[in-house]
Order: sequence, then structure tokens, then C-alpha cells
Amino acid sequence: MSTAVIAGIGVDLNDEGFFTDPNQWTKEMAVEMARADGITELTPAHWTVIEFMRKEYFEKGTGPTVRVLGKTSGVTVKELYELFPKGPAKMAARISGIPKPKGCI
Amino acid sequence: MKKRIVILGGGTGGTLTANRLHRHHHDYEVVVVDQDDHHLYQPGLLFVPFGLAHDQDIVRPRKAQLRPGIEFVQQAIDRVETERDTVVLANGRELAYDVLVIATGAQLAFDETEGLTGPGWNEKVFTFYDLAGASALEQALASFEGGRLLVNVVDMPIKCPVAPLEFCFLADWYFTERGIRDKVEITYATPLDGAFTKPVASAALADLLAEKGVHLVTEFNTGEVDGEGGRLVGYDGREVGFDLAVVVPLHSGADYVGRSPGLGDDLNFVPTDKSTLQALAKSNVFALGDATNVPASKAGSVTHFEGEVLVENIVAHLEGRPLSDAYDGHANCFIETGFGKALLIDFNYETQPLPGHFPASVGMPLLKESRMNHLGKLMFQWFYWHALLQGRDIPGIGASMPTSGKEQVSA
Repeated sequence: MSTAVIAGIGVDLNDEGFFTDPNQWTKEMAVEMARADGITELTPAHWTVIEFMRKEYFEKGTGPTVRVLGKTSGVTVKELYELFPKGPAKMAARISGIPKPKGCI
Repeated sequence: MKKRIVILGGGTGGTLTANRLHRHHHDYEVVVVDQDDHHLYQPGLLFVPFGLAHDQDIVRPRKAQLRPGIEFVQQAIDRVETERDTVVLANGRELAYDVLVIATGAQLAFDETEGLTGPGWNEKVFTFYDLAGASALEQALASFEGGRLLVNVVDMPIKCPVAPLEFCFLADWYFTERGIRDKVEITYATPLDGAFTKPVASAALADLLAEKGVHLVTEFNTGEVDGEGGRLVGYDGREVGFDLAVVVPLHSGADYVGRSPGLGDDLNFVPTDKSTLQALAKSNVFALGDATNVPASKAGSVTHFEGEVLVENIVAHLEGRPLSDAYDGHANCFIETGFGKALLIDFNYETQPLPGHFPASVGMPLLKESRMNHLGKLMFQWFYWHALLQGRDIPGIGASMPTSGKEQVSA
């Protein structure tokens, strides 16, 4: 666990850079984290995914898998990989300020 | 009038729930519904491709596993109408219930992966997650003379998340026995970021894969199976080639769940309280085993341990008492590693699989290969038919995870 300053505000992150407290997240932070990950601009499609991820997290306690994202977020799996090329579930979770999705077992 | 408990599904969870209820509570009418009369011992599927088990060894009639006095209805389910407390069967018959138990497990969603059942299906591309596939694969492995064997999990959650790893270990053993191990390249491609989901076990299993010369490809999300071309194509554009592919398809809940208003989630799994096993849909609906969305393994041991709490809570609900929140996510799995050895892992929602001994400090070794664990795995089949399904407790093994034999390790 460590502390980082994103968009001017101190937040708690785990060793892999995921938020430990999703309530610390702001939209400005998403923009800054996305840029650091090589996404120069967050489009409306990106925001659809980010908002969906956060909604799922607060309802179910974990972020969705890529498959569930593709079925229910309104964005197909192929598009998800174009939006978040380093792997939608993890990359989008980090930018959305939620903990790493559990590959539930 | 007797209270009626309708149980959907006559597999592990449905059968042990019915028998446990009937054994201890004679004043309930218990009805089990299933579309067929073939009870498959699912852990046996792993052994079929290697010629170590055959269909007649692992399939028995469902009805014969139920105690006399339990009604068995063989009919497909059309839908559940929770508002009317009624199940509608495919032939139009309606079954009213006081309590409903969903135990219809998970099914394989082949169609969710492009090309999976296209050209090359059951010739170069197989699954061992159903009996037809496992039997077809036995022939293919027997005539395989060398090349690239690829084992792939399309997406989580799957039944028995360790089974694909066991398949790799057994393939290593099988081709060694046949004297052609040096001609076979074995690769395991998984959507996870390691060999397994939980850190300590993931590291131990990754070491074991490396020791047995199995290549590990992580974070691979299968987008397309090209049977003719002999390659899997990931959504991120990566490709993995094969001469023989063994694919574990995406899983979903049963179709009727999707036709039942308010019962299931997007993949037809039933949203269920992870401690009480009450479905979120309505207070008189419960669920266990692979059919639920609880964050535990989809495994027989989980279903078995859930059964104890579930039956207690069905009775509590019918008697108007508060429910127990005792289910802790306990899972216990033997992992066959080939050459007559196996690992054992034991864990729950809070505690990941750790080394040590089970069920106490003197017992079977955890997270470590041993012959004793292999014999345990073989013996388990007897327990399954004669104790577990009958709703009997296995001496010394309770629903809650034991902690006394476990060593604390940092991940």
C-alpha cells in the first residue's frame, strides 16, 4: 500500500496501483491516470465503461469481468480492447478508481 | 398440509439437499426436478481423456440417489414465477412451492466464443468439460503422436478452476508414459494473471507447471478459435498456435433462469447471499452450488459445505426463525499432478490456500504433492456416492474451514 498524488489530491493505492478506497476517486483523476496509461483523451465511450465499472463495483462488491462488461455495458469486447488496449478489466478498473476485479473462483 | 420444497436440479447440490431434508425433517414434501436421469460424477471427467475412467464408471441414475419418499420429476423447466411461488415445467405442468431451491448448476456456453464449435471441432479442438467431449478427446490423445497441445480457459468463472491445470499435469504424465513427452509441447493459456487466482497457491502451481515443462500464457482472453488454422486469437490480437486444443468454454447458468423474471444475472447465475444462501429474488428462494453467483469456487466441495447451512436455513425460514450466516466460503480440492501424486488445497472467502496439513496439524499435506492426496482423490468417489449425496456428514470434515493445521505465509 502506498500514497500517491493524482490530480493534486493524495489517494491510497495498493502495490499494483489500484485504489483501495473508491470514494477517493474523482473524474479529474481518471483523466490524469488515463493519460499516464497512453490514452490521450477519454471519449464518451470510455466514460460509459468507467461509469458502468463503478456502478457494478458499488452494487456487487467487485468489478465486472471482460465478458460481463461486453454483455452489459453496451460496449462490445472488441471495442473494449480498442478503448483500453492493456486489458479492459484491469486497466479500466484502475482508471475507474475501483479495486482489481477478483477473478472469482 | 405438508410444506412443499421444490428442488430444481438433481446433481450434487439438489440431491444432497433433498436427502438431508428428508432424513432430518419428515414433515416436508420434497420434490426434485431434472430434465434427465443421468447423474454425472463431474470430477471423473478429468480422467476420461487419459483412459483412466469411462462413462459407465461415472454416470448413475439420478432417481436412485434420492431417498425413498422423495418425488423425482423428470421434465425440463420452462421458468420460475417467484411472484406466484410456482415453477412452470416445459410440458405446462405447474409446481407450487413453499420453498424453492435452485441447484441447476452451470452449463457450457459454446456459442459465446467465435469459431469454437466451427471447423475442427472434435477433430482438433475439444473440451473435457462434458462427457461427449471427454470421450472424444480420449481417442484424439491416443492417436496424438506429437506437436503442440494447448489447454485454454476462455473466461472465469468455471467449474473446478484447478481442473485445467490438472489436465496439463496429467498430459505431462500421459505422454511421458507413452514415451513421446519430448515430442509434445504443452501450453496453458489463461485469462488470469497467474496460474491460479489466489497468490500463494498461484506461485506454487506456476512452479509445478514450470517443473513439468508446461508453458504458461497469462492474461489471454480468447476472442476466436480458428480450428482449421490451428490458432487461438486473443481479443488483444495475440495468437497461440496448436495442433490439438483443449478449451474450457465460458460458463453460464441454466437457460430457464434467464426466462424467470428477476431471478438471474446477465450470465443466468442466481444472485445469492454468500453467507445465508438465500437468493436475492425472494425470501423463500434459496440456491447453492454452481448455479449461484457467490464468490466461491464452482466445486463439489463448496456445494457440499453449503448444503449444511442451506438445509438449516430452509427449516429456519419455514419456522419463522432468523437465518444462519454460517457459510464461510469453505472449499477443499484435490489437485491431481500426475505420476500417482496430488496436492490438496483448503480455503474460504477470507483465507487463501496455505501450506500445512488438513484437517489438523496431523493430516493430509496441503499445497504439497503426495501419494496420500492422490489416494484421497480416488477414494473420494466412493464418499461422493455413499456419503456426500446421501446428506451424511463426513467424519472430521465440517462445513467451516479448519485453521489449526495451516501455516501463515505472506503472499
